Order: sequence, then structure tokens, then C-alpha cells
Amino acid sequence: MNPSISINPNVMSYIDTKSLEKEDIHVFSEGFSIFYNDTEAIREVNLSIPAHKVTAIIGPSGCGKSTFLRALNRMNDLIPGCYSKGKLVFDGEDVYGENVDPVLLRRRVGMVFQKPNPFPKSIFDNIAFGPRVNTHIKNKSELCGIVEKSLKDAALWDEIKDRLNENALSLSGGQQQRLCIARALAVDPEILLMDEPTSALDPRATSRIEELIGVLRGKYTIIIVTHNMQQAARVSDYTAFFYEGDLIEFAHTAQLFTKPYVKKTEEYITGRFG
Amino acid sequence: MKRKTRRILDRSFSGLGFFSIFLLSASLFVVLGPIFYRGIGAFIFKGTIEFRRLNYEAFNRGNKENLQKEKQISQQYRSQIYKMLEEFQHQLDNGEVPDSGKFSSDFRELKKQVRALLGPEPGDEEPVLMRDRFGETRWDKAKEALYRILFMETWDYSDPDSMGRKIFIPRAKEYKGASLEKLFPYIEKNFEKIMRPRLVFYWQFIADNSYDSHIFGGIFAEVLGTFYLVLGTMLFAIPMGVIAAIYLAEFSKDNSKLVSLLRVFISTLAGVPSIVFGLFGLAFFINTVKVSNSKSVLAGSMTLALLVLPTIIRAAEEALKAVPKTYKEAALSLGASKIRAVLTVILPAALPGILTGIVISMGRAAGETAPIIFTAAVSVGKPLSLFESLNQPTPALSWNIYNLVTEHESVEKIRHVQFGMVFTLVLLVLLLNLAAIIIRARVSKKLRG
Repeated sequence: MNPSISINPNVMSYIDTKSLEKEDIHVFSEGFSIFYNDTEAIREVNLSIPAHKVTAIIGPSGCGKSTFLRALNRMNDLIPGCYSKGKLVFDGEDVYGENVDPVLLRRRVGMVFQKPNPFPKSIFDNIAFGPRVNTHIKNKSELCGIVEKSLKDAALWDEIKDRLNENALSLSGGQQQRLCIARALAVDPEILLMDEPTSALDPRATSRIEELIGVLRGKYTIIIVTHNMQQAARVSDYTAFFYEGDLIEFAHTAQLFTKPYVKKTEEYITGRFG
Repeated sequence: MKRKTRRILDRSFSGLGFFSIFLLSASLFVVLGPIFYRGIGAFIFKGTIEFRRLNYEAFNRGNKENLQKEKQISQQYRSQIYKMLEEFQHQLDNGEVPDSGKFSSDFRELKKQVRALLGPEPGDEEPVLMRDRFGETRWDKAKEALYRILFMETWDYSDPDSMGRKIFIPRAKEYKGASLEKLFPYIEKNFEKIMRPRLVFYWQFIADNSYDSHIFGGIFAEVLGTFYLVLGTMLFAIPMGVIAAIYLAEFSKDNSKLVSLLRVFISTLAGVPSIVFGLFGLAFFINTVKVSNSKSVLAGSMTLALLVLPTIIRAAEEALKAVPKTYKEAALSLGASKIRAVLTVILPAALPGILTGIVISMGRAAGETAPIIFTAAVSVGKPLSLFESLNQPTPALSWNIYNLVTEHESVEKIRHVQFGMVFTLVLLVLLLNLAAIIIRARVSKKLRG
């Protein structure tokens, strides 16, 4: 048997453990399940996310990919009746452990949402929100430095540097989404979660976001959930395919899209369902 | 055919909608029109020389020399009147008048009416009551007083089948042949010269104190009292209401029994009749907790706060719930604690809706009468200072509108004050609503960008 193949006894699945051995693992899960009341949304997922790489999670609607993503910064806590089993380890500590403060966790694990959701405040206040909440930076010039750096990192600075006091909602959709990325970066997180960040944007804005992901790779561990398989192929280093709550295949993006091991994966990426 | 029917239906529905809105505005016009028309009469009216004398003597307002000149002119005519009256009195006393019995009682009445119109005769002792110190200050009232001089009120019993009927007989006819006969045409002819009506804009109606239970002066004490009550009510109701709404909207578990029970309580509170709140305020705040020795603005504010609390809680809760969930998610994902997210993001975004609730309850607090009857309101009082309002009752617009109509000793004399009060209260509430609309528009514009 091929040593790089690990077979889940219940589901036909394949995890490329061999290439992962070379990577620095940032987050991993072991037998991790999530329940909504009595429905199991994620079933015993074993997934390792390599550090400073872009990992894409793909799968048809309702397969649990967003649920898994939102577990990483415990945004699922907001949903009543949602609980989890198993281990999800970040930086040597169980994310769902008793001693973990979700507020502190979220400062290290930033998130960008499906729809651009800037606050109805000025552009400056949007970016400064994270630093103001997390640190005790009251100094205006220090805040200005952070705002400028974040906006530059998000490739938005040149477009809006003269409009920092305007309402963030006056920006275009693509700019708003990059603003949200800048806002997440301002907290200086280690992991950046992106939940279908381009699904509400037009193709041009989408390509700018994808460019941005390319720039941010290497600096942050990025996990991106996407419906768009071409996007996953374009931006990610690793890809995980979820189907009905199970992790079916996890491998190098190039390999998963060209030579998938599992039949289900092949069917999905060739568009036979989903 | 089918399409045609649909179009007719659409049209008739929008027509119906338009009609109902039209009806609503028309009824508002019908209600507010007379209030405005008659209420403005308290501010803009023809004031007589007595009005200017009052303004000078009670409020030290106006030009002394002009008034002196006016008085002199008026006095020329007045002295003629007094002379005629005196002459007739003399004749009566000396028995020079035939049928003196017929006149003696009416002559006393006539002199009383003249005094009501012109004020005390020069040389009389200074009367104790303010109402006896001045004549009619308003031209419309002066004309009524003139009527009472020119016509004698008597009862007609000629029809044996019915009870007596009040009739008015011209005094000129009654006094025919007597020396006083010429008095009536004289007053009628020179009436304007005696009273000297002049159009005034008496804006001080809302800034002047009232004298002699509202017969003279303005309604400042009432306006101030209403202002204190609204202010105090909001001071108690806004923090409590908004905090409760935040708890209900953001922190409570929706399915818990306690929370559903709380909601039932709040709805019940909204349905309690306002007079019950008044009684509760008296029994609880004044008699049990003893926030003040007796009625006070403080106790009234607390009572009113209870009354408006459900409105504020509901409006604020709805507004908080209407804030997009994504704001909260974004704030939490950036490492904000829940309370921080609520205070810095959700509450500001909900502000327009909360403000609406607050202003609606401000209007309600300004207009409610029953809760303050037992807890805060008195019919006559002086304007309070902020400190005094802690333990003293106050007159208030809502209560005095009721009180002046039902309890005042001479309602007819102060009609204009009643309408002026109603007008002021309506205007106050409308202004509050206008302010709310403006603030709302500004805040939402700021939020929308």
C-alpha cells in the first residue's frame, strides 16, 4: 500500500501525509466533529493545515466547509445549539479547551467574511477598530502607522489614502472587501480565515483579491473556503475537499486537480455534481 | 381581459391607499387647525391699554412715558364716564330719581361691570386681588365686557309653561329718561378711544409667570414643569430601557423561560392604564420609598419613566435586532469582547431606531396627565429651580389644560390661556418629533456614508 495514503475506515478518503511531513503544521484536527443540535455537520475530520501556505477548502453547498472554517476562531459559538467533539489544536493548545478565551483566540485568528461587512464608520475607524480593542494604543500617530501599514498590505492605500475620514460604506464592493482584509490584518493575526471572500464580487474585484492573497501568502497562514474551483486552483497551495461533512481528499492543489485519488473528488472537480 | 382586471385591481388598491392617507391628513388638519387657530390667540391678539398697564406694572416692560400719555388720553373719556355715574349716584342718594327702587340694584351691577372693564376708579383703594387691579386686557374680552354694560341680564317668566328664560335688555332703554341714559351711547361711541386696542405679539406668554390663577400673565411655570418632567423621565427611562433592550437583544437566551416571562411583563406594563401608574407612583415612590415628602417632580418623573419604559425597551430591542449580524461577527472576529462589540458597533448602528423610541416616549411623557395627578402636579405654583424640583410639585401643561377647564373659578375669563396651553403642548410635541426626524436623518446619513 502506498505509504502516503491514509484511509479512513468509514469513508473512502485520501490524505497526502507525505508532502505534509515536510511542512510546518500550524493547526491540526483529530477526529473533530461539529454538531448543530443533533445534526452532525462535520464528521471526525483529521486535517492538518500547513503554516504560511494557502489552503483551500472546496466542496458542494452544505458540506460543512464553512462550519469547519468558523470552528477555527470559534465563531460557531454564536450559533445556539452548536457544539463540537474531538481535537482541534492550534499552537499546541486545543481551540475548544476550557482555558481558551475565544476573544484572545480571535485576535490570533483573523477572519474575512462572505459579504464585505465594514462597520458604518469611517475608513480609519474601521481599520483602527482591532488595534483599539486589542491593545491599549490610544496614540493617534501610532494608530495612523498601523492603519497605513494595513492598508498598504491590503493594496488599498493608494486608492483611498485621501479618503480615510469618509464612511467605509461609500467604497465599492471590492474595495470594501479589501478594507475588511486590511481590518483583519491590522490586528496582526497568525491565521487568516476567508469564507468565500469573492462570492459577492465582480470578476475584476475578484482577481484583485486573488492577487492580494498571492501577496499575503508566506506571511500568514491562509485558509480560504471557496465555491469556485478555478479560484482554489489559482490561489492555493493545498486543497481539501469536503463532502457531506466528511473530509474526502487533502493534497497538493496541483495534484488534487490533476490526479485526484478518490473517485468522489474527480466527479466533483469535473463537474459531475455539486 | 385578465390583465385588464389586474390593472383595475392595482389601480383601485393604490387609490384606496391614497384615499386613506388623505383622510388621515385631513383629520389631522381638522384636529390641529382649530387648536392652532385658537391657540395662536394667546400669543397674537389686540391688547388694550390695560394690557400695557399690566405689562408695565407687573413685568416692568414697556415705555413709561408712552403709557403715561395713553393713560391721559383714555382718562379724558373715562372721567366723563365716572362723572356720569357719580351724578346718577348723587341723584339716587338724594331721591331725585323717580322709580329709584327700579334702578338701585341694577346700578350696583352696572358699576361692577364698568369696574371690570376699566379697572378700579382713580382714587380707589388698591384692591387685594390682581383681577380687580386691572380692567380687561384683551380687546375681545373688553368687547364682551362692553356688552355686559350695554345690556342688562334678566329673566323672562312670561311663558308660564316653561322655566324662566335669560334675556338681555339694552340698558339705554331701561334707563330712558334718567340722567344716565347718555352714558351708554357715550361708551359705545368712544370705546376704542377708552380701551385703545393695539395688535401685540405676546411671545412672553410662554416666558411670563401667571398672576391670579392664570387670569393675567403667561404659562412659564407649566412649560418649565413639563420640561423638568420630560427631562427627569428620560434620565430614568433611557439608561434603564436601553440596558434592558441590550440584555434582551444580545445577551439573553431566546428560549429561556425567564426571558419569555420578562417579555410578558414588559407587554403587560405597556397595557396598564396610566391612572394606575399614577396610583402606583403615589403608593410606592411617595408613600413607601419616600423619595419626597409629598408630590414632587422627582416622583412624577419616576412614575412617567415606568410608563414609557416598555416603549423604549421595545423600540431599542427592535433597533438592535435590526442591526446586521455581520457587524457583530466582524467585531467579534477582530477580538472584541461581546460588550465591546455591542457598545462600539451595534449600539451606534441602532441609534436611529432607539432615538425614534425615545422621542415617541418624550412626547408621551409631555402629554400624560393621569400619572402626574397624584405624583407631581399642582394647579398653581411658581416656576421651580432644578434643585427644588427634587421635592416640590410643579404645574405642568398636561395637567393644567385639564385643571383650568374643570376646576377654575372663572373659566370664561381664561379660555385663551387654555387654548394657548394646548397649542404650546402640541407645538412642543411636534417640535420634538421634528427634532427626532432631523437627528435620525443625520445619524442614518452618517451611518450610510
